[in-house]
Amino acid sequence: MSEEYKLEIINPEESFLIKEDVIEVVVPAFEGEMGILKDHISIISFLKPGIIKVITKSSEEKYYLEDGIVEFKDNNLSILTSFVVKTSEFEKSRLNNLLEEAEKEIKNTEINDQKKYLIDQKIEVLKSLSIN
Amino acid sequence: MPSLDDLKKRISSVKSTQKITKAMKMVAAAKLRRAQENAEKGRPYSEKMNNIILNLSNGVSDKESAPQLLIGNGEEKIHLCVVLTSDRGLCGGFNTNIIKKAKMYFQKILNENKTLKIITVGSKGYDQLKRAYKENIIENISFKESKNTNYFDADKVGKIIIEKFEKKEFDVCAIFYNQFKNVITQIPQEQQIIPLKNSETKESVSSTSDGDSYEFEPEEDEILGNLLPKNISTQIFKAMLENSASEQGSRMTAMDNATRNAGEMVDKLTIQYNRSRQAAITKELIEIISGAESL
Repeated sequence: MSEEYKLEIINPEESFLIKEDVIEVVVPAFEGEMGILKDHISIISFLKPGIIKVITKSSEEKYYLEDGIVEFKDNNLSILTSFVVKTSEFEKSRLNNLLEEAEKEIKNTEINDQKKYLIDQKIEVLKSLSIN
Repeated sequence: MPSLDDLKKRISSVKSTQKITKAMKMVAAAKLRRAQENAEKGRPYSEKMNNIILNLSNGVSDKESAPQLLIGNGEEKIHLCVVLTSDRGLCGGFNTNIIKKAKMYFQKILNENKTLKIITVGSKGYDQLKRAYKENIIENISFKESKNTNYFDADKVGKIIIEKFEKKEFDVCAIFYNQFKNVITQIPQEQQIIPLKNSETKESVSSTSDGDSYEFEPEEDEILGNLLPKNISTQIFKAMLENSASEQGSRMTAMDNATRNAGEMVDKLTIQYNRSRQAAITKELIEIISGAESL
């Protein structure tokens, strides 16, 4: 029995990534990181800004995404997101821009705690990316 | 009978018009390919989104506490219509078809004594509607500057709609756009987005009730509350993509027709020109011959 299942990452403009042979995907779910293996129970969950790790037999790839929804059903994992980029192709200037924006946003005192938490996460992830 | 010179001028003017329409057709064809590609690429996202929402709304146990975006706020007095049109003209019946469809809907609402509010996206729609429904139009949004349809623009429209809904400025929201079927056919569509009314909902309720349950994290309500505003933007984005493909398709057909018509006109005018030239020559010949005969 193969351990592989299908992954789809879709953003509004296109199907960003389709892979038939993933073994494990680690997604930054709202309530903590979550690894999804084959035959996982059907689940719908939210993502916070973070890194998706896509593990196949031969490789391990990382993607940064800003938000999203995951749906896992019948060994099909779909990730809907408004912004996704492969970490290795993430341009420094773009990253810094996002970081700056996020830092500006967090100083805004009117936003609620949940949003603050999300932006906090975003800054953390972006910072860790910019170091590498 | 126009003189030879006049005919010559007309022929050359029609020919240059033909050149323009031909160029426009080519440009539209090139753009159409891209727009069509984008529309097709964008479909999976909105479809998946719809699916997830369907599954979720089936999972909501307590219909009473469901978010208002899904079930509405119990009233339907004020209707908001978002009419999506193009920013440029010369695209055949593209804009007129949408407006026609929208106007029918407007009339229906006004006949039922409900309040009508209109948001137009794209300047052509505004131009056509402002005469008859000036006081109903509350906002006119135009994305003339952005070259391609992008999600960011759609999100802007979506946010405006949601903001207005939260302020209770309307109860029901519908969008109007052209669905791209193929280059020749575009179907004007009316789609209700608030409350979410899906013709497929009823069928899928029965088909998914066979214990096809999901695990949710966080709770359903929270996911729904987060997802529905996004869905609005997504639906609008989808409409915009379909619209831009339709616009180019419509323009291509219109310009193709115009080019063909211009060609026909040139042919006709050329025949007329040749005939009258021939007539003039014959006349001169007769004059010469009869002049010679009389000597």
